[in-house]
Amino acid sequence: MLEIKNLHASIEDKKILKGINLEVNAGEVHAIMGPNGSGKSTLASVIAGKEEFDIKKGTISLDGEDLEELAPEERAHKGIFLSFQYPVEIPGVTVTNFIKTAINESRKARGLEDMPANQMLKLIREKSELLEIDRKFLSRSLNEGFSGGEKKRNEIFQMAMMEPKLAILDETDSGLDIDALRIVANGVNKLKNKDNAIIVITHYQRLLDYIVPDFVHVLHDGKIVKSGTKELALELEEKGYDWIKQEATV
Amino acid sequence: MDLKDKLLSSFLAFENSVDLENPVHDLRSEAIKNFEEKGFPSKKEEAWKYTSLNSLQKVDFSIFPKEESTLEYKDIKKYFLHEIDTYKIVFVDGVYSSYLSETTHDGVDVCLMSSAFTKPMFRQVIDVYFNKVASKDESLTTLNTAFCKEGAYIYIPKNKMPKKPIQILHLATGNEAALMLQPRNLVVVEENAEVQIIERHQSLTENEVFTNSVTEIFAAKDANVDYYKVQNDANTASLVDNTYISQKDNSVVRVHTFSFGGKLIRNNLNFYQNGERIDSTLKGVTILGEKQHVDHHTLVHHAQPNCESHQDYKGIFGEKSTGVFNGKIIVDKIAQKTNAFQQNNNILISDKATINTKPQLEIFADDVKCSHGCTIGQLDEEALFYLRSRGIPKKEATALLMYAFANNVLESVRIPEVKTRINKIIANKLGVRVGFEL
Repeated sequence: MLEIKNLHASIEDKKILKGINLEVNAGEVHAIMGPNGSGKSTLASVIAGKEEFDIKKGTISLDGEDLEELAPEERAHKGIFLSFQYPVEIPGVTVTNFIKTAINESRKARGLEDMPANQMLKLIREKSELLEIDRKFLSRSLNEGFSGGEKKRNEIFQMAMMEPKLAILDETDSGLDIDALRIVANGVNKLKNKDNAIIVITHYQRLLDYIVPDFVHVLHDGKIVKSGTKELALELEEKGYDWIKQEATV
Repeated sequence: MDLKDKLLSSFLAFENSVDLENPVHDLRSEAIKNFEEKGFPSKKEEAWKYTSLNSLQKVDFSIFPKEESTLEYKDIKKYFLHEIDTYKIVFVDGVYSSYLSETTHDGVDVCLMSSAFTKPMFRQVIDVYFNKVASKDESLTTLNTAFCKEGAYIYIPKNKMPKKPIQILHLATGNEAALMLQPRNLVVVEENAEVQIIERHQSLTENEVFTNSVTEIFAAKDANVDYYKVQNDANTASLVDNTYISQKDNSVVRVHTFSFGGKLIRNNLNFYQNGERIDSTLKGVTILGEKQHVDHHTLVHHAQPNCESHQDYKGIFGEKSTGVFNGKIIVDKIAQKTNAFQQNNNILISDKATINTKPQLEIFADDVKCSHGCTIGQLDEEALFYLRSRGIPKKEATALLMYAFANNVLESVRIPEVKTRINKIIANKLGVRVGFEL
């Protein structure tokens, strides 16, 4: 589904990604781990199309179609979803209005009519229940004054509404207490199926107890230096990242 | 002949059309002397540093329309807030149109200044209130006073409230190549009375119009006034709006100014608090493009203790538009426990747009809470990426952010249809459909 080949990306001439290779197939969950500053969030942003980053070399494709030239919204229309590490607060636009706009714009891009209001309401009800979101919450301004946990739950709620092909969860576990973590992880697991794929970006093993990855990759200094199965995450939890760094330099 | 000379010579002709024995005429005579002495304000004056009236003074404006014009309601319906039932005071080229208006004397007076000036039943109110809060030395205000003859007269007696909101609409037909209008409005809201007013100036052609308007508003003890100014005029229409508000104990006055179009708009909005526990609210949304210019000059004078004022102006400036915000707050020594808040936030969406913003605080009391803040920025790139990553195209995402930016100013609008109308104008102005009713 997603194929990344020899990807190099920079911001203001600072090289951050230095040759990433990654292949993600439908039905798979991949975890990307690594120390601070290794390029994890950059990788997520570059896949989603953030324009501040320059792709110097390499390719990203989704189902065989090159993404590099596409705007963020066009990538979203093709089924890419990024759950933000720091969701932006937008006062004056309610969660409901925001999600309606997002869904109808994506439908428009696919040549579909607006979703009928009753169907939209039903979907919102269904998906907010999945994430144990209070109805009152939906009429609040997007992310404004939300707690860390509420912001992340709201991200996964949007993911549930948009049903992406490929979801990238950027440090979705940060700022979550154990109950919120469980709710968010349950939500993600219920959304997972054989036709979609998930990339989980995280520092810690903790989230991977709930969202079990098929593959684990370790990112260090802009490159994937080690790949393995879920056991690799446990090993990292136990030993830290230093041995990986050493192995990489050797 | 420049405009000042033309106005001065026109005053003599004007005197033939009014009753010189009426005490109001003494005020006119005083006022024209002041204008003759001062003339139009120039950019040398601090208050007019960023707004020039020079080009307007070169236009050969007709001071009095030559012929009476008639309009069909269906042709101008869209300029009315027609979604709800209202009283209407409508002027066409400065002349009252009884055909388009709906006035009343049923418990409240919603009628004309020309009647109020001339009929004995209004004499007392005119004596007590007329020209009492308007400036007697600001040149444009005195120019208006000199030529005062017509406008809206609204009198709400104690404990009364009109059955419906009141619309004041000034239409310019373009029958004159260039027309100057000087409406004069008086709004008196007595103790514990209430009123909601919507005012709009609209030019129907590309012919030049220059309106120099003065409105006096008196809010007695416990009175409640909502005033909405809709400024979305043609690009050849200029407006100087001088509004003076006097408030007594416990009164609440809110003025919302929506500035979306016109060639040059200058809003001089002055609040004088003459009592305790007064609440004054001044809010504005300005969205400009092309070479439009809007200048908001506000004054809140806190003259008694325990009062509040809330100012919140948001501006979005595109293309070569220019904006000015100058917010002056005076807190007298006696006005302890004053809470005065002022906020002015601006977004520039073009390299060629300009905003000048200046808070001006003169605080002589020591136990007060005064805050002010002004910001000038661009759209938040992070927020834009967030929206786009959810499939919302750049243009729509930009509009959504601008809408969100301006939205909190609309929260205090108490007539839902006004809010809807303003939202529609905003959406139209931003040129988008964002999937939900803005």
